[in-house]
Amino acid sequence: MSDKKIIPGYHLTLGITMFFVSLFLFIPLAAFLLYSAGMGLEKFLQAATDYRNVHAYLLSFGCAFAAAVINCVFGLILAWVLVRYDFKGKRIMDAMIDLPFALPTAIAGIALTTLYAENGWVGQFFYAIGIPSAFSPMGITIALIFVGIPFVARSVQPVLKELDPQLEEAAQLFGADNLTIFRRVILPELVSPLMTGFALAFSRGIGEYGSVVFIAGNMPFETEIAPLMIMTKLEQFDYQSAAAIAIVMMVLSLAILLSIHSWQSHKLRSIGAIN
Amino acid sequence: MREPKSIRRLLIFLAAAFLFLMLILPLILVAVEALSKGWSVYIQALTEPYAIKALGLTIEATVLAVALNTIFGIASAWLLTKFDFRGKNLLGSLIDLPFAISPVVAGLFFIMLFGRMSPIYSTLQDFHVAIVFAVPGVILATVFVTFPFITRELIPVMESQGRSEEEAATTMGADGWTIFRKVTLPNIKWGLSYGIILCTARAMGEFGAVSVVSGHIRGRTNTLPLHIEILYNEYNFTAAFAVASILVILAIVVLILRNIVEARGVKAQ
Amino acid sequence: MLSKRLKKIFGAALGAVLAMGMMTGCGGQEQAATSDGAKEILNVSYDPTRELFAAYNEKFKPHWKDTTGEDITINQSHGGSGKQARSVVEGLEADVVTLALAYDVDEIQNAGLIKSGWLERFPDNSAPYTSTIVFLVRKGNPKGIHDWDDLIRDDVSIITPNPKTSGGARWNYLAAWEYARQKYNGDEQQVRAFIKKLFSNVAVLDSGARGSTTSFVQRGQGDVLIAWENEALLSLKDAPDDYEIVTPSLSILAEPSVAVVDEVVDRKGTRRIAEEYIRYLYSDEAQNVAAQNFYRPRNSEVLAKYSDVFKPLTLVTIDEAFGGWTKAQQEHFADGGTFDQIYQK
Repeated sequence: MSDKKIIPGYHLTLGITMFFVSLFLFIPLAAFLLYSAGMGLEKFLQAATDYRNVHAYLLSFGCAFAAAVINCVFGLILAWVLVRYDFKGKRIMDAMIDLPFALPTAIAGIALTTLYAENGWVGQFFYAIGIPSAFSPMGITIALIFVGIPFVARSVQPVLKELDPQLEEAAQLFGADNLTIFRRVILPELVSPLMTGFALAFSRGIGEYGSVVFIAGNMPFETEIAPLMIMTKLEQFDYQSAAAIAIVMMVLSLAILLSIHSWQSHKLRSIGAIN
Repeated sequence: MREPKSIRRLLIFLAAAFLFLMLILPLILVAVEALSKGWSVYIQALTEPYAIKALGLTIEATVLAVALNTIFGIASAWLLTKFDFRGKNLLGSLIDLPFAISPVVAGLFFIMLFGRMSPIYSTLQDFHVAIVFAVPGVILATVFVTFPFITRELIPVMESQGRSEEEAATTMGADGWTIFRKVTLPNIKWGLSYGIILCTARAMGEFGAVSVVSGHIRGRTNTLPLHIEILYNEYNFTAAFAVASILVILAIVVLILRNIVEARGVKAQ
Repeated sequence: MLSKRLKKIFGAALGAVLAMGMMTGCGGQEQAATSDGAKEILNVSYDPTRELFAAYNEKFKPHWKDTTGEDITINQSHGGSGKQARSVVEGLEADVVTLALAYDVDEIQNAGLIKSGWLERFPDNSAPYTSTIVFLVRKGNPKGIHDWDDLIRDDVSIITPNPKTSGGARWNYLAAWEYARQKYNGDEQQVRAFIKKLFSNVAVLDSGARGSTTSFVQRGQGDVLIAWENEALLSLKDAPDDYEIVTPSLSILAEPSVAVVDEVVDRKGTRRIAEEYIRYLYSDEAQNVAAQNFYRPRNSEVLAKYSDVFKPLTLVTIDEAFGGWTKAQQEHFADGGTFDQIYQK
């Protein structure tokens, strides 16, 4: 790897990128951190490590993780089916995937609660076998699956589409079976977009408030999510505690995103080395 | 790779069942609730002047957010995939930051930057510039929450594309703009169009961040999602779902538009 | 062909950026125009008052026109009471605030936007209409719920919003507390046990009053909804065959507060309109509007006219029972207060 930039446009794109990042990220973030700095370390630690808040982080991270994993499985299946197969209703299915974004989260939350509550169309079956599908961690996970549907499918799809079919054909000629081809030829290509999709769905899930708050039930120590704790603090005009919780969540999510990125570029570099 | 029919069927079934349970049923529910009091109530909810104004603001904020993010998305994806430089990983993660931030907190960012507790508030007042609790704040918040979308869609595609084609074109003396147009764009255009669609959909539906900065002034700073929340809080369940169905229809229109553009592109090729 | 399309895209994008810049400018100008003309006021209110103020504004506009000959525009903003107060503190230019509880107005005062003594500025604690806390139960009252006592029975499931996130729900909590205090002659231990038992019966702790109503009405959760009287009456109006209202023996007088936001009206020059806007809320005409929207009017003659809607009951005020909002907030709802203690393990 050389330091020389062969392709033109480095300074231009760097300029545009930094301009946007400063305007929309750095300056607002700095304003926020500056404001929060007033609280001092003691107050920060106290608010950040309050037992109830810790419980809320764990719940938010746990549910977001579960939802992201489920979305990875079904997102991969969706992308696969949409890219590789022809069937009736494929175009509609393809178009549908983005809809969770367009539906305001509050409406999604209300609709999902109606469906998965004890007297709902779907909920009645879950409740009949003793699984509370609303007002429970499962309810929270359902809402987070909904908001995260597009991330994985949409990350995997373009890569799957661009995949060179010759590689598979070659593998087939050498007598590899389907599972082997999938595992050895296709999956390695998809790991990067899968991780991207996972990271996006996961971090979106951690911060999600609008849709979750309706289906969660919001019982202290049971179904209180971290964003709800922020709202609770704000409702008491306690900006500093709210900021403390927000900072903890931000740092944790950023750490996750960062590790996925360095893992991705590490992988890229090792592929580059082989080539 | 050709897998047996049974596996095909199973996968299609799984995909369809997942979408049905998680996506189609909620949408059906929205439609059922929206029409539960008949068409006249439905039409009335949509033609209310405040609903129409909210629709106008939603479209305005969406178009601007998408335009800004398209420029940013292409530039940043180019930067992050075509070059190696110090701090690249950090920059890549920073672009994702809006995802890691609860939209409610994102709204607070702008409040603390432009609101009454901000040091620049009095200066803004002197110039009679209103940013938060006015239209510009709504747009800023929308850009913020949709910030990573296009970049994130472009990076995997550009990454799997590699740099060799662009490098070859450079050695042959093509300038940057030509390379982008002739070499890169044809490869990334589907990724780009996905990104734009995601960005559009998310911008239309954004609620949390916008809710913090908007001030909820009827007919002034209410977007459609906020209008829906207000209707809901006013015990106006049916109207809330009626307006929500409009957002779904809008989203579907955008998706159809993309399909048309795509089909034309294929034909042209 | 491709490049042509691309140029178009970029042209459009650039145009959009320019448009955004221009709009920011326009937004500023618009603001300037209103501050000169001063013919426009913004009433920042909480959620369930929209119909009340939609009706009231239609009465106030002709009233103002008759007295001054001026046409005015009244803008409305609605949301959760605490959130609305926060928006005003953060820079939402409200001329008047009409919120769910005095505590929220106090917070605006603490931020320096409202002068102290606002509570005495208008009659009746600056609360031109009131409400109280009642129970909404399913038709026929199958669980036989008649008073607060019944809410701590093991077989009763309760829906109420979280007092930490919902200003309105703090009234619910305090009403229950005051009932228990009178019942146990002020024995704090027993009062706490009562409240703890009551909240252990809560099935869903929604973040707001509307969410609670939905849980109770749409989802069929719980046997009883603890609610503001005006919201209970509204639910009853929509579905008279499904629910009934139970009035407990004792409840709290919920006093939604109104105030002029001094800093904003002085800057915009709208003080005259804003003050008259609030003063007129006490007129007979406005009191009737309040009653028609299920708020108890202060005017006893008007209240008597609607006696079939508003059942008489013993009402305590927050000042008598809890020594005002600041104290009540500190003792019960601040972090570590009595509400948090219920859930402490």
